[in-house]
Amino acid sequence: MIENPVLERVLAEALRHGGDFAEVFAEDRTNSSAVLDDGRVEELSSGRERGAGIRVISGETTGYAHTADLSLEGLLRAAEAASAVARSDGRGERVVPAGPLSEVSSLRALRDHARADKAGTLELLQRADHAARSQGGAISQVQAACGTSRRAVLIANSEGLLARDEQTRSRFSVSCVASGDAGLQTGYETVARTLGFELFDDVSVEALAEAAARRALTKLAARPAPSGELPVVLAGGSGGILFHEACGHGLEADHIVKDASVYAGRIGQLVASPLVTLVDDGTVDTEWGTFGVDDEGRPAQRNVLIDQGVLTDYLWDYVRSRQEGRRSSGNGRRQTYQHLPMVRMTNTFLLPGTDDAEEIVAQTPRGVYVAQLGGGQVNTATGDFVFGTTEAYLIEDGKITEPLRDANLIGNGPEVLKRVDAVGTDFAMTPGTCGKDGQSVPVGCGQATMRLSGVTIGGTAA
Amino acid sequence: MSDDLLDIAERAVGWADSHEEVEIYVARGTETEIRAYDGAVESLTSATSAGVGIRVIDNHRMGFAWAGSLDPTVIEETMAEARDNARFATPDEHVRLAVPDGVPARPVSSWDDELAKVPTTEKVALALALEADTRAADQRIRQVDSADYGDGMVEAVLATTTGIRSSTRRTSSYLGVSVIAGSGDESQTGGGYSVARGFSGLDPDRARDDAVLRSTRMLGATKGSSGRMAVVFDRRIAATLLSIVASALSGESVAKHRSFFADRLGELVADPRVTLVDDPTDARAYNASAFDAEGLACRRNVLIDQGRLTSFYYDTLAGARAGTASTGSAVRGGFASTPSPGCRALLLTPGPEGQGQDEVVGLVGDGLFVQSITGVHSGVSTISGDFSVGAEGLMIRNGRLAEPVREITIASTLQRMLQSIVAIGSDLEWLPGIAAGMTVAIGDMQASGS
Repeated sequence: MIENPVLERVLAEALRHGGDFAEVFAEDRTNSSAVLDDGRVEELSSGRERGAGIRVISGETTGYAHTADLSLEGLLRAAEAASAVARSDGRGERVVPAGPLSEVSSLRALRDHARADKAGTLELLQRADHAARSQGGAISQVQAACGTSRRAVLIANSEGLLARDEQTRSRFSVSCVASGDAGLQTGYETVARTLGFELFDDVSVEALAEAAARRALTKLAARPAPSGELPVVLAGGSGGILFHEACGHGLEADHIVKDASVYAGRIGQLVASPLVTLVDDGTVDTEWGTFGVDDEGRPAQRNVLIDQGVLTDYLWDYVRSRQEGRRSSGNGRRQTYQHLPMVRMTNTFLLPGTDDAEEIVAQTPRGVYVAQLGGGQVNTATGDFVFGTTEAYLIEDGKITEPLRDANLIGNGPEVLKRVDAVGTDFAMTPGTCGKDGQSVPVGCGQATMRLSGVTIGGTAA
Repeated sequence: MSDDLLDIAERAVGWADSHEEVEIYVARGTETEIRAYDGAVESLTSATSAGVGIRVIDNHRMGFAWAGSLDPTVIEETMAEARDNARFATPDEHVRLAVPDGVPARPVSSWDDELAKVPTTEKVALALALEADTRAADQRIRQVDSADYGDGMVEAVLATTTGIRSSTRRTSSYLGVSVIAGSGDESQTGGGYSVARGFSGLDPDRARDDAVLRSTRMLGATKGSSGRMAVVFDRRIAATLLSIVASALSGESVAKHRSFFADRLGELVADPRVTLVDDPTDARAYNASAFDAEGLACRRNVLIDQGRLTSFYYDTLAGARAGTASTGSAVRGGFASTPSPGCRALLLTPGPEGQGQDEVVGLVGDGLFVQSITGVHSGVSTISGDFSVGAEGLMIRNGRLAEPVREITIASTLQRMLQSIVAIGSDLEWLPGIAAGMTVAIGDMQASGS
């Protein structure tokens, strides 16, 4: 994307007025997507964006400027703008020479990905639409979407680092509406992987569509969810979003350093049930949150955050690890070159346990069984978080019985983590999109069937 | 103004073949973001970005492509890509671009010339002062997470082969602060902000006072208890709820059976106190605009009149499919997305003069006052109407705000909530986003807690 001599020149320019660190992040991104809705392929869309962001760090202050102009002149202008913070901080002309760049090798082998093929995409969409509508006349609407993105990144910094990565991601989703006497209900299913169009060699879009349709149809007969505190069993792969919200965000070092997390100052302490071993791992083969190097050039790595209930580490990016005199954990990510990197999760999951999934349900006299979760949200400072169900049932006398309408569950992170009292063996991952400070990045979440001894369920039934 | 952007758009429209309809949207913006923390600038971002979005319709089929660049070669490639994408769409006789409809555009002033002239150092000073003032405002404030200043200037033009030429531009500025109150193990959070068109309109004291009040009044909060109760929503939350309800009034959602309002036109869907209007020509609105995202004049649309559902809102395509015209309600997320129907300036007719938050709380007598909600995207459906969100706020006892509660949920359905609005405040405030805020009370919801 940019030649080494140009990178070295731009880094030198960025530090001309002083500063401790400079970085060039360049990105070339193409997206293509197609949506079938209401029986019609309504929109095929293609997009391309390329540009670079230049970061200068002087003391505790970061200056950032980005440009879509990758010529030497464009990059030098951005470097000049980013360096304004070093000029204005009054620390004088402390120039750090940019060393010769040496390339970091990614642990991940780059593969050749199949390119999205428009006619092939259309066929997939139509097959999904047909499969969903075949589930019954009550299916009144189907939307299917297919998207592929390819992102080539290049990172060079004044410490001599040079890193490149290519991230190709593909995603297919189906959402259905079912109409019944009691109104409309929805069902959703998605598959998303860090793969090209070859994803669809192994994925049945019919199976996805049928799952989405079945979910909507099941909920037509759903009764209002209960309100109040009950035991909750989460199905394996129902969306490990619980851990993403209950503690993942609270373990991000930017919140820790600002004492804005309930987990600050708790390394080495028991923060969860001994059944909980939580890992964040950006290297898991083809998962949605996987990459070769992060958006600061650090190779992705596996980080154990909670080991048998004991808090072992936080998640780190360059800025926060530098302040603490340690190394980044490979969690510096950004949405595009137009954004500053910050501490983000990759694939975050609970390691499987030893309990039998069916046995966990059988040993729950009364509670809620969650087959699929939607999104969630957390306040890291108080630890209070919510997560929503999109397919849930009552458990009565150890059996899964009636379907429930969608509701949010609410809990406090450290409290809920102590209430994990069973973890199964049927581990599965699900893809998601994580939003923080206005930036969205792809993440994975995973867990086996597990039970929480009590969580507040926000339904309307007394 | 924006002459160079219009030239770019005109040139690209000229590339259309005689059998094609083409629309070019060209946008350019600059922005500044400053974050202050612990007496210093944590980060300062400055940037300019620009791009194009092109729709091509050929033989009733639409294709779209975008690029983050104004380079002429890139725009040509983007046009070719949009053309190629059109070949794969399903033919639909309703697919078309907007055609000038004779409704005159009302000029809306949404540009402040001053903003571009304010030196960055003044913006930095404002963020630093807000951080320091907030930290010093109350000894119970333990931490100021961040104090942010942000501003943006965006110009956009639209040109089509169907005779549309529109040009819009807006400036906006933002000041916000988020804090943590409490000592020992206790943490309560709160945030405050101020928005304006230009620099001088920002009110840092307002941002500071809101953040301090919202965090400190939550000190000592316990998990609330379960039960049915009246709920009073703070202005900010009411604006969020209005935006959600209005999204179910989109003519596209209704036609595609994705709205609980489908088939309810003409019916009483809300308490008769409810009159809901979307009027982007109201210059007070944060998102006021003379033109919609397809280049038609924005206009005042009455959606709910004294509780009765009177109209849905449409862009050109949704209107054509419903056998009606666009209501000038096309919105788009930027050059990388296509238009769709949306609201810009929702306003609920305010309650009787002098009925502020205190009065609404007094009217309700006993219940829950909600100052923040979480889990909106996971717990609210405009298709089924199911509503379940996390909430924190203060109990209402004997007509006054009482002890703080947190970690509870409140639930109902949007249909029932609209029918059981028991009071609307007169404390109207235009907020960032697409709706004005005012205190709103719902007679009966289910709270879940301990």
